[in-house]
Amino acid sequence: MKTDLEVNTSPIPEELLQRVEARGINRRDFIKFCTATTAALALPVSFIPTVAQAVEDKRPPVIWVEYQSCSGDSEAFLRGNQPTAGELILDLISLEYSDVVMAASGHQAEEAKHQAMEKYKGQYILVVEGSIPTGADGAYCTIAGESAMVDCKKLVQNAAATICVGSCSSFGGIPAAAPNPTNAVSVSSLVPGAAIINLPGCPVNATNLTATIVHFMTFGKLPAVDRLGRPKFAYGKRIHDNCERRGHFDAGQYAEAFGDVAHRQGHCLYKLGCKGPESFHNCPTVRYNEGISWPVMAGHGCIGCSEPGFWDTMSPFYRRLPKVPGFGIEDTADKIGIGLAAATAVAFGVHGVASCFRKGDAMEEDKVVKED
Amino acid sequence: MLKIYYVWELPVRICHWINVLSVIMLSITGFFIGSPFITAPETSMYVMGWMRFLHFAFAYLFTVSVAARIIWMFIGNHHASWKAFIPWVTAEGRQNFIKMFRYYTFTGKKITYEVGHNPVAATAYLGIFALFIFQIISGFAMYGQFEPGGFWNGLLGGINVLVGNQWLRLLHHGVMWLLAGFIINHIYSGWLMDLKMRNGTMSGIFSGYRYIEPEDL
Ligand code: HEM
Ligand code: HEM
Ligand code: SF4
Ligand code: SF4
Repeated sequence: MKTDLEVNTSPIPEELLQRVEARGINRRDFIKFCTATTAALALPVSFIPTVAQAVEDKRPPVIWVEYQSCSGDSEAFLRGNQPTAGELILDLISLEYSDVVMAASGHQAEEAKHQAMEKYKGQYILVVEGSIPTGADGAYCTIAGESAMVDCKKLVQNAAATICVGSCSSFGGIPAAAPNPTNAVSVSSLVPGAAIINLPGCPVNATNLTATIVHFMTFGKLPAVDRLGRPKFAYGKRIHDNCERRGHFDAGQYAEAFGDVAHRQGHCLYKLGCKGPESFHNCPTVRYNEGISWPVMAGHGCIGCSEPGFWDTMSPFYRRLPKVPGFGIEDTADKIGIGLAAATAVAFGVHGVASCFRKGDAMEEDKVVKED
Repeated sequence: MLKIYYVWELPVRICHWINVLSVIMLSITGFFIGSPFITAPETSMYVMGWMRFLHFAFAYLFTVSVAARIIWMFIGNHHASWKAFIPWVTAEGRQNFIKMFRYYTFTGKKITYEVGHNPVAATAYLGIFALFIFQIISGFAMYGQFEPGGFWNGLLGGINVLVGNQWLRLLHHGVMWLLAGFIINHIYSGWLMDLKMRNGTMSGIFSGYRYIEPEDL
C-alpha cells in the first residue's frame, strides 16, 4: 500500500521528480521550491510544471562578481535555515565563479572566470554585487591588475543577462553616497543599454534573486521591470501598502519613541521616520530569512534601502523628511516654514503700521465727501 | 465722475474662492499628514484615513478649479487673460511695475492706478499659479504611487524617478509654507490697496465690481 507521502499530488510529473531525486535533491524541497518561486513571480499555479521543467533541465552558467561591496548580498543569499532556496539553486545552476564561495583563489580563480566567460559567451548569467568606482581611472578597485570598470564592462557585454544584486550595483548604494569619494556608479550607468535588471535592497532578498534566475531559465528573458529597472513582481508595490501596521497608520496610532507603549503594541512607525510610504519592495510579503521577519515587523522603520540614493535621500533615518539643504540638522521643513511665515507677518505688520501713517498717498482724496 | 467697472467675472470669483477653500483645507490636512498631531485611542478609528481622504478630495476640487481658471485665461475679459499676469512685457507695464514697487518700498509716493491687477500683484499671482501647478503635479505623482502602472503613475511616475520620492515630498511640503507666506502678504496687500486706492479692491473679489475714477487712469 502506498502512503500519502509516496503519492505524487503535486502538478509536477513523477518522472521529472525522479530525475531530480537522482541528482541528490530531495523531492519535497524541490516541489516546495518550484511552488514558492512560481508564487514569488506572481505566476498562476498552472505554471509550476513549466517552472519545474526549466529548472530541472537547464543548468545555466552563472558568474558572480563583487566590486565595491560588503558581501552582504552573498551572505544574504547563502544564509538561512535548512533547506534554503539559495542552497537549492546552487544545485540547479552552475556557479562558475564567485569570490565568496569558490574554493580556488588567486590566478587560478581568475583563470576560471576568464575561461567561463569565453566558453559561455552570450549564455551565462552575470550577477554583480557592489558598485564600480570610476574615479582615478578605476584605481580604487582592481582585480588581478584590471580595474573593476574594465572587468565589469567586459563581463556585462558578454553575458546573456546581468542581474545587479543589492543597492550598490543597482544604484551605486553606500559607496556612491555623498561625497562619493571614489566616484562609484551602478552597473547600468557603467554599461548603458545592456540587458540588466536591478534587484536593489540592502541586502538583496534571496527569494527575489532566485525567482529572477528561475524566470530567466523558464522564459529565456528577464522579467518585466519598472522605471528603475526593478522587476515588477518584487518591486511593484509600495511597502506602506502591504504593511501589517497599516491599520494603525490609517487609524492614527503611532509610536513616538522606541520602546514606548505604542511601539510595544505594534503601532505604526511613521513618526519614527519609516520610509515605507516612499519605498517599493516586497519585504512585507516575502520577508527575510525564510519568511521569518522583516524590519517593520521587528519594530524598526523601513529605511528605503531599495530606492536610488537611499543613503542620502532617505536619511535622517529617524525623521520623515530629508534635511533641508543649507540649513542645520535641527531645522525641519516646518520650523523653517513657521519662521518664514512669522517673518512675513512681522514684515507686513511693520509695513502696515508705516503705511497707516503715510499721508497724501491715497487716491481720490478730493472726492471724499465730508458729512457733518 | 466715478465709474463702475465689471472687472472680475463670475468664473474668476468662483475659482478664486474655491482655491482659497482648497488651499486652506489642503494645508491643514497636508500638515496633519506631515506630522499627525492627533493620536487615536482606538484602532477602529480612521483619523489619518479621513485626513488623507480629505486631502485627495480637495486635491481633485483644487485641480479642477485651477484648470478652469487657466482655461478662462483664454476666454474671459482682458483682466482675466493670461496676458494680465505678465504685465512687464510692455514698456508701460514695466514703468507701472517700478512705480508700484517703489510705492511698496517707501521710495515713491504714487500708486499705479489700475482697473485690474496692479503689475506687482499680477507678478505674484503668476508665481502663485506656478506653485499651484507644482503642488498638483507633485501631489498626483505621490498619489499615483499607491498603484504603480495606474493612470496617475503612468502619467507622472517619471517625476518620482527624476526628483526622488523624498525630495518630492520635501518640496511639496515646503511649498505649503511658501503659500502660507503668500496668503499673509496677499491679504495684507489687498487690505492696503483697499485703503489707499479707494476703488473697492476687496469687495471686488466678492462682487466683481470696482469703482474707478477714469481721470486717475
Ligand atoms: C495647495 C496645495 C497643497 C498643499 C498645501 C499640500 C500640502 C501637503 C503637505 C504639507 C503634505 C505632507 C507632506 C509630508 O510631510 O510628507 C502633503 C502630502 C500629500 N499631498 Fe498635498 N498639498 C497640496 C496639494 C496636493 C494635490 C493637488 C495633491 C494631488 C493628489 C496632493 C497629494 C498629496 C499626497 C499624495 C501626499 C502624501 C500623502 C501620504 O503620504 O499619504 N497634494 N500635501
Ligand atoms: C488661500 C488663500 C488665497 C489665495 C491662494 C489667493 C489667490 C489669489 C489669486 C491667484 C488671485 C488672482 C485672481 C485671478 O486673476 O484669478 C487673487 C486675487 C484676489 N484675491 Fe486672493 N487668494 C487667497 C485669499 C484671499 C482672501 C482671503 C482675500 C480677501 C479677504 C482675497 C482677496 C483677493 C482680491 C481682492 C483679489 C484681486 C486682486 C487684485 O485686485 O489684484 N484673496 N487671489
Ligand atoms: S547593497 Fe548593501 S548588502 Fe549589498 S553590497 Fe551594498 S552595502 Fe552590502
Ligand atoms: S510602519 Fe511604515 S510602512 Fe508600515 S504603515 Fe507605518 S509608515 Fe507605513
